[in-house]
Formats: sequence, structure tokens, C-alpha cells
Amino acid sequence: MIYEGKKKIWSDYQKDIPDDHFFYVRSCIRQSFFPASEQKFLEICNQRLDKDFFETEKHTSCGGIAFHSDAIPIETSLVIYARQFSLMNEFGYKNFVCSCITSFGLYCEALEMWREHPDLEAKTREILWDTCKREFTKPEYLVHTSDMIYKYRKQIAALAKYKLINNKTGKALKVVEHIGCHYNKIFPSKSVGGAEYPYVLAGMIESWGGEIIDYPERRHCCGFGFRQYLVKADRGYSLSNTHKKFESMEPYHPDFIIANCPGCTYFMDRWQYVISEMEHKAYGEYGYGIPVLTYEEVAGLVMGYNPWDLGLQMHQVNCEPLLDKMGIEYKAKDKYKGLNNKNIGKPALTPYLK
Amino acid sequence: MVNFGFQLNTSSRVNLDKLDKQKYEKLIKAEPDILKCMACGACTATCTAGKFTKTSLRKAILLLQNGDEQGAVDNLKGCMLCGKCTIVCPRSINTRNLINNILKIYSK
Amino acid sequence: MNNNRNILIIGGGPAGLEAAIQLQKLDYNVIVVEKSDHLGGHLAEWDRLFPDGIEAKEVLDKLLNNLVGVKYFLNTDINSINLLDNCYNAILSNGITILAKAVLIASGFELFKAERKQEFGYGVYNHVISNADLEAYFKNGKDSRVVESPSRIGFVHCVGSRDEKIGNIHCSKVCCVTAVKQACEIKEKFPNAEVFCFYIDLRMFGRGYEDLYLKAQQEYGIRFIRGRVSEVAENIKNELIIKAEDTLSGKPIQVTLDLLVLMSGIACSTGSEKLGEMLSLSKKEDGFFECKDSIYSQQLSNKKGIYYAGTCTGPKTLPDTFHEARSAAMAINMYMNKE
Repeated sequence: MIYEGKKKIWSDYQKDIPDDHFFYVRSCIRQSFFPASEQKFLEICNQRLDKDFFETEKHTSCGGIAFHSDAIPIETSLVIYARQFSLMNEFGYKNFVCSCITSFGLYCEALEMWREHPDLEAKTREILWDTCKREFTKPEYLVHTSDMIYKYRKQIAALAKYKLINNKTGKALKVVEHIGCHYNKIFPSKSVGGAEYPYVLAGMIESWGGEIIDYPERRHCCGFGFRQYLVKADRGYSLSNTHKKFESMEPYHPDFIIANCPGCTYFMDRWQYVISEMEHKAYGEYGYGIPVLTYEEVAGLVMGYNPWDLGLQMHQVNCEPLLDKMGIEYKAKDKYKGLNNKNIGKPALTPYLK
Repeated sequence: MVNFGFQLNTSSRVNLDKLDKQKYEKLIKAEPDILKCMACGACTATCTAGKFTKTSLRKAILLLQNGDEQGAVDNLKGCMLCGKCTIVCPRSINTRNLINNILKIYSK
Repeated sequence: MNNNRNILIIGGGPAGLEAAIQLQKLDYNVIVVEKSDHLGGHLAEWDRLFPDGIEAKEVLDKLLNNLVGVKYFLNTDINSINLLDNCYNAILSNGITILAKAVLIASGFELFKAERKQEFGYGVYNHVISNADLEAYFKNGKDSRVVESPSRIGFVHCVGSRDEKIGNIHCSKVCCVTAVKQACEIKEKFPNAEVFCFYIDLRMFGRGYEDLYLKAQQEYGIRFIRGRVSEVAENIKNELIIKAEDTLSGKPIQVTLDLLVLMSGIACSTGSEKLGEMLSLSKKEDGFFECKDSIYSQQLSNKKGIYYAGTCTGPKTLPDTFHEARSAAMAINMYMNKE
């Protein structure tokens, strides 16, 4: 692989990301899958890096799941997005950052739709006024939170307590990066690095000392989708796509996977259990799986946060092998102790996945 | 085993790395003109059996090239050796000989 | 001014050189301006020509040997050119001014830059090369991207042609037959290799081309798969994994290759942009110069005294280029005699 060739392509897809003053909107389900990610993002940005990321309790879900399952018509979706933008205007912000990749894809699509169909935009404004008595102006910049961690990656590296290096061998950790389809496949120009060789996560890993793996099925979708997942009998299709990715990355023995879409991270984490039951196979070393982390969790680990404060105990695949490799100190007995040392309950043991 | 309500699906993708070329080499020796086939479809279009069964020599050759040996044999079962395909093949392939050899080499 | 027998030829490739030879024989004062450091254009870079495998050097030598008396400048650009009375006044980058009643535009073509099709990984993955690279490899015998004995080799047709995303919807005409030629040549070099050609349509229009196609299938066992390669990736052994569809059987396929050759298409050379602007020459949507009439007068432009020959007006084969060069020379001669 010729690294210079990739660098040249990355230089074609340099995204303009502002440095500060963002209106932040959360993801609806991400907080259940990866509880600490969004909270830590705000803490890292606002407290540790002294930035201004503002969120209001008045904002809603983007309605992406409803949109993707055809539960609501396009006009409704556009009004939801318009209302979010209106809130952004209300609090005096011009930069919009969202936490979920699907949301990011949808907001980008909305802006593009309004640009191509001014009549749709007019209709959206009309409905927004009728329903909420609100008006909106489009954001100057629309970015995703992984873009922000990418932008701050060097500052995070400067504050880092640990590096993405195997403590015992001194070698860089091998990392598989997985980009959500809606980030770069729909509008490659709105992503860092473009569609074929995205750089947003690769850049983070490089700055923090790790090594990126390029494996044959790197660009392949994890299979989440929405439609094919909602009906239980169809989930085999989603599962098979993730399985294809795992089979392809196995020869490289990655130390962990980083992903920027909540669905992808969720799938790649949880499906390892299902595959272990179906195929009696685990993809990590010594019967463990490959830990799957969000970029906020990786940033948090690198900065020295307590893994249990980062929500790693909620992952299906146990992250202890990774923590041991990085030399991170953690108290194993505190794993299932929640706030105020309350016992949050221990999950059952899985027979084929340690 | 936990019953999840769904299963892993097998990929329909043909992996050309995994082709066993032994029988195909035998077939080429028996009828070298198989290499000349350009998949024009004239044979299938005129095929007597093709109107009522899935018989298609063009398809059978492709199936063999993609490693689906049983598929090719099943495909050609309906052939009655009428010879119409031989008449229309623009590359003068002796299609009846080809069909006979496919069935001979690949039938179990 | 009336005795001016100068003829300016812009471009020292096969078209420019052949026209120069013909016009010099008719006692004109021919001046060829070439922007690169050698004469012969792309012909100087090739190994063997389709369909019969004649050596490119043989044809180039014929041209260069017959160039007696023709003046030429290498490494020279046209800084400015405009019409003064009845003559074209050209100022070259070496400071020389040329006044010529007739100008022949033979500025040729450029190959599409294969790295622009990012999904094929040219310049990113080690064993992906272009048709030009392969031709150079045949000529010089060395390319670090070609392993010692490749066991599987693939050719991708239509790279940068017939492609709306790239902005070149035209067909580059000659890449299909080049791919078949190169596939045969590489099979000759590595007889145990399996060779695949991934095509959309196989354009074997010329005399002897269909025979070449048949030969490729019958004698070399080359497998032609109708389906476009959608993505190229690398596995842990640095081999290339190709994903395509075999459209004739309707199945997606995957194959591991040691070498992938991208058939880069043809576009009008970038030098012609500036030239076109300076002389107000019209171009068609595909970026090539527009002839006066696409059936009867392809050697004529819409401007008095400006003539065309070669690939600057569209993809074409070498024989066609030579025909056009001679036809343009004749048209220039008739024009000069009238004035």
C-alpha cells in the first residue's frame, strides 16, 4: 500500500470545519447503547478543551428511524430538521453538530433537497410556522461529532495519558476503522477523506499512536440499514454483512475496532455474540472478541478516563484485553458498580465468547 | 443453541479463486472450441428445449466457468441433441459435441 | 507576405510529423513546434501496435527518417497566436516569432489520469498499473509493481471513458483493442498466468480486431467477463481483491489478482485549451475540437487557414491519424495555392 497515494486523495477532500461555537444535538438511541459517549464528548470539548458546545433540552430526535422505515412522509421529516435549525438560530449559533451519523446524513440530504427543490423549502417553512410558530435559517456549517474529535485530535494527543500502543511489545495497536455509510457514501465532498479512503477516524488513530488496517471488506456496509433490521426474520441479512467484515479482518488480528456511527458500533459489538453462538467462533485472542469502541470512548481512554465512567462495561465484547494492552489502570471489581456504588447487575456468561 | 429467529445467510458471490479447473481442462481437451464462445446467445434463442425448460447452452458454459458444475449439468438435461444450436453458432462451435462432453465429464 | 511559404504545425506527434513530411515534399517551409522533449508523441512510448504487433519504433523511425528539411523546436510552447491581416502570427516560448498563412493543429491527446478513479486504487495499491505503464513495462522490461511471476492478471476496460462522474461520456475507441492486445502480450510473457478482461462492451471495430479477439480466446485462453470492476482492495499478502459482476450470469464475483491493468481513456490534451482560446476554436461537449463538418471535412476547422489532424479532434487509430495528416496537407496545399 502506497501511503502517499492515500494522502493525495485525502488532500482532495479537506472539509472546512470551524473551530468553536457549536449547537449540539444528541442521538436518540446512542445514549442507550453507549451511555457515556455523548456526555464525555461534551465534557472533553467544553471542560478539557475550553470550547463552546451548547445543547438545549428543547431539541428532539431527528426522526431518522421513522424516516428510514417509511413511517413518516418526507415533509414531516423536513419540518423536524427545520425545527432543530430554528432552535439553533434561537440560541444564536451558526454551526450545527450532530451526534449520530444517520442524522448527519439526513441533515445533509435535507439541505441538498431544499437547494434542489425550493418549493419543498417553502412548504417546510410554511408548515413550521403553522405548527410551531417558528422560522429558521440554514446553518453555516454542518458537521458530525467525529469531525470535531478529528479536528481536535492533536490537542487531545497533547493531553493524552496513554497512547494506542501495546504496552508489552511497544508496537502500535492495530486498529480497524469503520465509517458509517451515511457519513461519506452519500455526499463524499462533505466528509473528511471522501468515499473510498476516509480519513476522519484514520487521522485520529494516527495522532494517538495507533496503526490503521486496510482489509478487503473495509468499505463494506455493516448491514444495519433500518428496514431490513426492523423485522426480526430479516436480520440474518444484516448479520451476514457484519460476518463478512469479520471474516475479512480476521487475518490481520486487529486489537480493536473504532466506528463513528452508533448503528455500526452497536452491530459490530453485539453481533459478535450472535456469531459466537451460531458458529462457535470468537474473533479476538484467547476466545475474546474484538472490542468495538466509539471515537469518544477511544478519546476518553487515551485521555485517561476511568473505563467504567466511559461506559465500557455496557459493551457486549469485553474490553479488558484492550485495556491491559494499553496499560490502562482500572479496578475490575468496580465494573458493575453504578452511581453511588449501586450494583447494576452482572450479565450472564456467554459460552463461546469470553 | 439459542434460537435467534434468523440465521446467517450464505453469500451468492462467486469466488473465482476457488474454482477447480481440473474438469474444465478435460473439457477443453475434448472440445477446444469452447474457448471461442462469446456468449452471443444464438444457441439459446433457437433451442428447442429452451422454450419449455431452463436449457441454455450459453448459460451452461457460464455456469461451468463460474464453478457451478451441478447447475450446468441440470441445465443441459433437457437437451434433445436436435442440433439447431450447431446450425446457428456464429463461431462454428460443434455444440452437440460440447453438450455431450459436458454431460460426460461433469455428470456424477 | 505573398511569398510566405511558412506552415506552422503545432504538435510533433504522428499527425504533425506525417503532415510535415508531405508538406516539405511540396516545397513548403514547415516548422513543427513540440512542447515535450521528443518527437513522436505517444508513439515514442509504445512497444507494439495492434492488431498485428508491428513495433512502434519501426513506424516512428519511418517518420523521423523522412523528416529531412523540416524545422522543429522541442520543449517549446506557443505563448500567443493571433491573426494579423491574412497571416497567423505566433510567438513561441523560445522568443521566436513565426508568420504563417496556414496552421495545422495536431496537438493530440492526453491519457486519463487513472488515480482519479479512486475505487481502483491507482497510486494507492501496489499492483495497480495503467495501460501506459504496461506498455512501458513491455518496452523497458522493468516495473516494480509487476511481480516476478504473476499468476492472475486483470484488465479493466473503460477507465475514465463512458463515465459521467468523470465528465468523459465518450468512448475512447482504441482501449478495447489495446486491452486485448496487451492481454495476449502479457500471456505470452507469463504463459501460466490466468488473464481476465473486465469489459462493458467489446469494441473490436477495425480490420483484424475480431481476429485478435478470437485469438485471445482460442490461443491464449483469456477469459472475458462482461461486468465492470466496482472496487479494488488489498489483502494481507498485498494481492488485489477485485469485485465485479458477471452480468451475463447475473452473479457478483470476486477474484484475487497479482496485477491489475487499468485501460485509461483518451481526452483532448490540456495544451489545446489555451490554444483553442487564443484562436477561438470551438470544441464539442466531449472536449475535442469541432471540425467544420463531421462527415466530409474533418481536416477543416471553422477558421480560415486553420487545419486539424490527429486525435485533437477525437480518439482515433494510427492509420486514421496518418490519413488525416495527409488529407490536411493536401487541403493546406490547395489553400496556399489559391492565396
